[in-house]
Amino acid sequence: MELFKQVKFDEPVREKAKLALDVKEILYVLTKSKSVLIGGMIVFIVIFCAIFAPLIATHDPYQMNIGDRLLKPMEHGHLLGTDQYGRDLFTRIIYGARVSLEVGFISVGLSLLIGVTIGLIAGYYGGWIDMIIMRFVDIVLSFPVLLLAIALVAALGPGIQNVILALGVVYWTNYARIVRASVLAIKEEEYIQAAKTIGSSDFRIIFYNILPNCLAPIVVVATLGLGVAIIAEATLSFLGLGIQPPKASWGWTLAFGMKFIRETPYLSLYPGLAIMITVLGFNLLGDGIRDLTDSKLKRK
Amino acid sequence: MATYIIKRLFQFIPVLLGISILVFFLLHLIPGDPALTLLGQDASKEDLARLRNVLGLNEPLWIQLFVFLKNLLQGDLGNSIFQDVPVLNLIFDHLPATLELALLSLIIALIISIPLGILSAVKQFSWLDYSSMFFAQLGISMPVFWMGLLLIIGFSVNLNVLPSFGRGDPIFEATIDTIQTGNLYFIIDSFKHLLLPAFTLGLMSAALITRMVRSAMLEVLKEDYVRTAEAKGVKGYIIILKHVFRNALIPVVTIVGLQFGNLLGGAIVTETVFGWPGIGRLVITAISQRDFPVVQGCVLIIALLFALINLVVDILYAIINPKIQHV
Repeated sequence: MELFKQVKFDEPVREKAKLALDVKEILYVLTKSKSVLIGGMIVFIVIFCAIFAPLIATHDPYQMNIGDRLLKPMEHGHLLGTDQYGRDLFTRIIYGARVSLEVGFISVGLSLLIGVTIGLIAGYYGGWIDMIIMRFVDIVLSFPVLLLAIALVAALGPGIQNVILALGVVYWTNYARIVRASVLAIKEEEYIQAAKTIGSSDFRIIFYNILPNCLAPIVVVATLGLGVAIIAEATLSFLGLGIQPPKASWGWTLAFGMKFIRETPYLSLYPGLAIMITVLGFNLLGDGIRDLTDSKLKRK
Repeated sequence: MATYIIKRLFQFIPVLLGISILVFFLLHLIPGDPALTLLGQDASKEDLARLRNVLGLNEPLWIQLFVFLKNLLQGDLGNSIFQDVPVLNLIFDHLPATLELALLSLIIALIISIPLGILSAVKQFSWLDYSSMFFAQLGISMPVFWMGLLLIIGFSVNLNVLPSFGRGDPIFEATIDTIQTGNLYFIIDSFKHLLLPAFTLGLMSAALITRMVRSAMLEVLKEDYVRTAEAKGVKGYIIILKHVFRNALIPVVTIVGLQFGNLLGGAIVTETVFGWPGIGRLVITAISQRDFPVVQGCVLIIALLFALINLVVDILYAIINPKIQHV
């Protein structure tokens, strides 16, 4: 018993967690990986625009001015022109970043909460619990995700909260599968056996010993998932099922601009460009982080 | 092989049941009284009572589920509230248009992605590799409706060579008409309507498949048997096509199968952009009309098709790679 007390069983765990999120290494890769650098810069700019929207925007996003409707870019001091109600398009796009990021971050957070918890439980306990959970995951994965999100919003009704809920509920399966796979490998490690031997509770083992070692794949999938969630929100809004006017949403602005596609195509072009650049940023960042973690695994 | 296929078919049954139960519960996610939500606040008491009766909402939940599953087994998906016709008839009217669109999109995606993926891998780190990966990354980051919009602006608004809305005659009928009359107009018109939506959907999938083909090819190129073939003096193109691509095909089949399923989902958006009269447009119209039996029926049929495609992919995968049967 004395021998077990001398074993600092948490040390290797901390060491591994430290390895997984080594700040120095991340900073090193930031300067070496073009993907992370470009993606990170794009994401930083979008987040900056969303936070400081009132300072960056040149007009009020909700102020209508019918006299200035459908102005071309650079006309009457409107950088990207105006929409059919005379609202400044540049301002609406800047404010749209807030909505997209809000939906993206909260829905991915919700997916993470559901998926990681379920993945940890399925992987750690195994047996019939794992079997039931994974069969349910198979059933959810049998739906095209966008279709399931559309069906959920159709039932719950449009609006930002329901969009977040639908996307959170639809995308959790990815996280559950990845975390479960990681847990299956990690739970066989010696330090987990040591933790069990000295009587650590399942809760402690799952959340203090196993979870920190699953973080690398979770971060990669969550970063890529942010891009997916932003496109999904824009798609729902485009179909009229997501964010409702007058709130500035890229998808809805783009959809409304389509009515004037022959006269003023830029009304739809610029919001689409904003969506694409933002998603590109998250995708590059996610790919870059994956390259970092993959190369680290290979070195190990 | 037969044992594996039978095993997979048995595993498919609970998935089918699960899909059906999830779709059943969609109606019960509607907050408050579903009948009131579907008909609106102005609905009369008689109309509300009639709809509750049609939807079976007066029965206990487990009886509703049992009736839903029983009707489903008999091919009865209920009636449309708005049009008062069987949902299954509506779906069969619209499904061929969606399948036609998804199939042509997949063909376009494969025509673009397979040569591009092979060339990218063979010429790794060349300008061709960098540019194809750049365009693939852009394609993945682009919302499908925006891609459609760009094509409309380019080919319909500016060049005025392709229609941006609606569908011509179904390809099959157009081909027969063309053969019978000798007039190419029918088939050309049909293709003209199909090209923009099919390219919109196809380009999105092409981006994903190109990346997959490239990475699968790169994995196989590192194998010893490729080096052996090179050492034996086998010609380069034979190594690529006969040794590398054939083995790289295994993961590609999986992603192509999944992409076909995703094309069915993506068709919802594309059909809305191009006014394509498929099942996707039917869903969106039904949602706007609060015609929930139609929404449920469409979701169910698309999910069943998606699950069926996954099953076929799994079986194909086992045929291509016999090792999988023993896992």
